[in-house]
Amino acid sequence: MNDGSSVAWDEGESEPGAGALDVGGITVRFGGLTALDDVSLSAARGQVTGIIGPNGAGKTTLLNVLCGFVRPQAGSIAFEGKELTRLRPHQLARHGIARTLQGIGLFRGLTVAENVMVGANGSARAGFFAALFGTPWSDRDEQRLRRRAIEALDRVGAADLADDLPGELAHGQRKRVALARALVAEPRLLLLDEPASGLDEGELPEVGALIGELAGSATVVVIEHRMDLMMSICQRIFVLDFGKVIADGTPAQVQADPAVTAAYLGAERESAADG
Amino acid sequence: MTMLRHVAIAVACGALLLLLSYRLDLYRDLQFAEVAAEVGAVAGLTVLIGISGQISIGHGAFMAIGSYAAALLLLHQHWNIGYVIVASGLVAAAAGGIMGIAAARLRGPYLAGATLMLAVALPSLADKYQSVFGGDQGLSVSITPPAALGATFPLQRWFVWLSCAATLVLLVLLANLVRSRIGRSWRAVRDDEIAASLAGLNVARLQILAFVVSAACAGVSGTLYAMVTTIVTPDAFTLTLSIGLLTAAVLGGLGSLLGAVWGAAILVLAPPFLQDFATSHGFSSAVSSNVPIAAYGVVLIVVMLVFPAGIQGGLRRLLGPAAPVAAAPFSALRRHAPAREEKEEGTV
Repeated sequence: MNDGSSVAWDEGESEPGAGALDVGGITVRFGGLTALDDVSLSAARGQVTGIIGPNGAGKTTLLNVLCGFVRPQAGSIAFEGKELTRLRPHQLARHGIARTLQGIGLFRGLTVAENVMVGANGSARAGFFAALFGTPWSDRDEQRLRRRAIEALDRVGAADLADDLPGELAHGQRKRVALARALVAEPRLLLLDEPASGLDEGELPEVGALIGELAGSATVVVIEHRMDLMMSICQRIFVLDFGKVIADGTPAQVQADPAVTAAYLGAERESAADG
Repeated sequence: MTMLRHVAIAVACGALLLLLSYRLDLYRDLQFAEVAAEVGAVAGLTVLIGISGQISIGHGAFMAIGSYAAALLLLHQHWNIGYVIVASGLVAAAAGGIMGIAAARLRGPYLAGATLMLAVALPSLADKYQSVFGGDQGLSVSITPPAALGATFPLQRWFVWLSCAATLVLLVLLANLVRSRIGRSWRAVRDDEIAASLAGLNVARLQILAFVVSAACAGVSGTLYAMVTTIVTPDAFTLTLSIGLLTAAVLGGLGSLLGAVWGAAILVLAPPFLQDFATSHGFSSAVSSNVPIAAYGVVLIVVMLVFPAGIQGGLRRLLGPAAPVAAAPFSALRRHAPAREEKEEGTV
């Protein structure tokens, strides 16, 4: 990349393009069911981009498409100008992409520090034979990974938990550890699946501040139910309903959009009728 | 550091075993050699199940592959036993790689079934290709102690030395691996495949690697076993052996290398001990021939009730603070791979 284009990119920070995630025309069908219908969105670097929508709108499916768990029938995904559509999940880390899971997904037989070290695996230099023979080279590599893991834990305020097992932690602490595991890979694109689910009202401001801080070094895409949190942390929000993008814009624009209100009220009316 | 510490422990154990081999009579030496031979296979299996989270009910097949490879090399190529042990391990590792490729696509009961098939089907190859494998008669394996040890050096003691040396090397390498990044990645894959792949781990490649390592251990173990029994026949590698290896791994404590030593000792020593016990107490032959099997079942049930994490897990609990290693010993048996809830979405 030459200087001219990088300057142009720095100035047009909110514009999609280099350094950003571009999703175009994603369509996913499960059998006869269309989960995502021609979904396009973009996320700019240095910003928090939110994806909201009623239950069943296709938010998690979209995230699964971005991670390669679900192959779309149509559409393309590009990050930093590189095509990602055909990548397998484990290859994403190599491209600077990390994702947290709604269900947290910590390794219960590993200590907190080890959990985070797994996330730093991509930067490991010692290979199989170094490990097999327990060479000093492999030992040094392990110490380096552990240092990086502790740094990442420190960033989310969980360094004191390093030697605990995930089963001993409170829900909010586990969320932090999972975030540290994603951060330790130094991702340039961070996909957060419901980072606030199961957290107390009191913990939200801290999570919001943390996510805002992460946007300083990465493109952040968040899926979340907690509307108050989303309105405060996102610079741009896409609203999904029945697998389609029905609105996008700043939080204020989205809140004012009658289509969004209709989708949410409709969904609430349905769930009220169900309950 | 890691290497030095593990090698130091192994050298200390080796010295003790050397002394022990002089203290025992020749019959006990032979049993001792057999235990040492089996430890490798059980240790490989315990790493496969307890660390990488995959199951194999057919690990006897990899022992068979190793021992036939060794017998053929000794018979036709007259290689030095050291080279033969390494080569048979590599042959078994290759077979493990092929099984691993299949295993990486199979989960839980399906993987158990596939490995079971291997154990059932493989010995019949010896009948099919009689000219190579000698059919039911098998192949004889004969090695002699090096002349430097003197003409009167007992063969049994040489078996003990070889078995213990090869097995200690295996255990050191396995201990290095388990404590390394590879071991950590295996445990991550065992605990949550989806999270592991999102963290950048190539789940399938790690699972295949675990099968390769585990099969190599079984191959070396099979070679030592053939050497101690001086013959390789299809009868030696029945399904009973494979189940026995699995039992030993579970009894010792899945994922624990020291546990593999306890498990192998029980696997080899318990049946003749119980047999002696039954005959010396004057039971009728109908009873005494069944006592070992019954007692074996009782031992299995009692150990699992008292020490759910196996003997080594129990010792660890009795002797010191809980170690984190034994946290998920049975995940391989109760795994259900893509368990992540995704049903909320996609049911619009």
